[in-house]
Amino acid sequence: MMNISPPRPPGEPEPESGPAVRAEQLTVVRGPRTVLRGLGFTVPRGRITGLLGPSGCGKSTLMRAIVGTQAKVTGTLEVLDRPAGDALLRSRIGYVTQAPSVYSDLTVRQNLEYFAAILDPGRAAAARRHEKVTRAIADVDLTSHADALAGNLSGGQRSRVSLAVALLGTPELLVLDEPTVGLDPVLRRDLWALFHSIAAERGATLLVSSHVMDEAERCHRLLLMREGEILAQGTPDALRTRTGTETVEEAFLHLVDEAAAKTAAGKEAVR
Amino acid sequence: MTTTTPQPNVSALSFSRTTATAVRVLRQLRHDPRTIALMIVIPCVMLLLLRYVFDGSPRTFDAIGASLLGIFPLITMFLVTSIATLRERTSGTLERLLAMPLGKADLIAGYALAFGTVAVVQSALATGLAVWFLGLDVTGSPWLLLLVALLDALLGTALGLFVSAFAASEFQAVQFMPAVIFPQLLLCGLFTPRSAMHPVLEAVSDVLPMSYAVDGMNEVLRHTDMTATFVRDALVVAGCALLVLGLGAATLRRRSQ
Repeated sequence: MMNISPPRPPGEPEPESGPAVRAEQLTVVRGPRTVLRGLGFTVPRGRITGLLGPSGCGKSTLMRAIVGTQAKVTGTLEVLDRPAGDALLRSRIGYVTQAPSVYSDLTVRQNLEYFAAILDPGRAAAARRHEKVTRAIADVDLTSHADALAGNLSGGQRSRVSLAVALLGTPELLVLDEPTVGLDPVLRRDLWALFHSIAAERGATLLVSSHVMDEAERCHRLLLMREGEILAQGTPDALRTRTGTETVEEAFLHLVDEAAAKTAAGKEAVR
Repeated sequence: MTTTTPQPNVSALSFSRTTATAVRVLRQLRHDPRTIALMIVIPCVMLLLLRYVFDGSPRTFDAIGASLLGIFPLITMFLVTSIATLRERTSGTLERLLAMPLGKADLIAGYALAFGTVAVVQSALATGLAVWFLGLDVTGSPWLLLLVALLDALLGTALGLFVSAFAASEFQAVQFMPAVIFPQLLLCGLFTPRSAMHPVLEAVSDVLPMSYAVDGMNEVLRHTDMTATFVRDALVVAGCALLVLGLGAATLRRRSQ
């Protein structure tokens, strides 16, 4: 499957060469608000890391910081051993925004052909591009809709076109912002199967955000966020064991209560 | 490229990425035949209308017709580009493209190339109709008219791209047309010679690019040769287009605030 095309840069993939993402004291300010406050975490290579937390907790901002489209980022943020936003990272990261970002007045195939031409330009690469486009369309199960206008597709289909664009460049890191929101259960299951096969077969790292806690069980590792801070990180099992709970949702609630109690106690101590 | 691996080539301007962008923009247009028809047909209909409005005074038709041949592409391209780039900004595709190894210059040049092509077709049809069928009396070469029209189209593309940065919605983008284009239309010498205006307005018109576009058209109308004034006019319009394109590039931010 992998490595037919194109040749990977030498010395890569190296799963052992440190985490895919490493953050220390990561802070992001948007307008008057500090959206992320001194985050420290790692995302291991070749695994699926779930970024979970309620809406508005800063998940999307964190993802933008990682892909390098967020301004006012302070602290340390290393992505694939380079500082986030480095121009050399642009073709190594696939990013899918929450709203499907594709051209609604182009067909599925034309959308992918354009983005493929940006990632791998030149006449010489035309055959390789064609193959990649066809594979990406098949990956997201849209082969039968390849010649439909993106604007005429359903919301879920459109977000899959958006995902297919991210799969084009055979990226080492895929950052997916709520990719399964609003999809039916069957499609959600299929997409998660696809994510797992991408991680297993291509050795890619996936960072997937969601505000639905039951998706947490499908991840190798979790980052739980709340109000711009990391509440906890670890495997789903470890989180459940640590909090003595049955599900990740309960674990999350437990951690929220714990944090609230700690803050309250802190205030008490100050008095 | 210096390495054998397909390393991202993030140069300022890449020929294949620019043409890929132009092809994409044209493909988008092709799925919208009504827009194409409107862009191509309206200038012709307007000229036809104008010809018979000035049925009794063909000299007036010559002057206004030639000026309009320069103004149509500017207005059409301004509208089309401002809406198209606004869509690109609001749909998230711009953010996605800028997270890819695409230079801002590639994107802008791609748009300019695509809409420039449409402008050539539009201007060629309008000029051909005016000169051969409506009896527009041009002393100079119709090719020079076409050249100015193309430069005007580029200027329109540039202005549209630039103002789209300041529009939060399509409603606002459309309102920029009267704000940016109408004052130039009033001051460009179409309605009354610029020298007959209030001195303050004349001075203002001296720094507006459309004045030079209309001047250039009138030079072709009256002189058989390419005059020095014509060359100056063409250079001013081209220079303005490039300047505004540069400003437009500065408004494409890789990082959101």
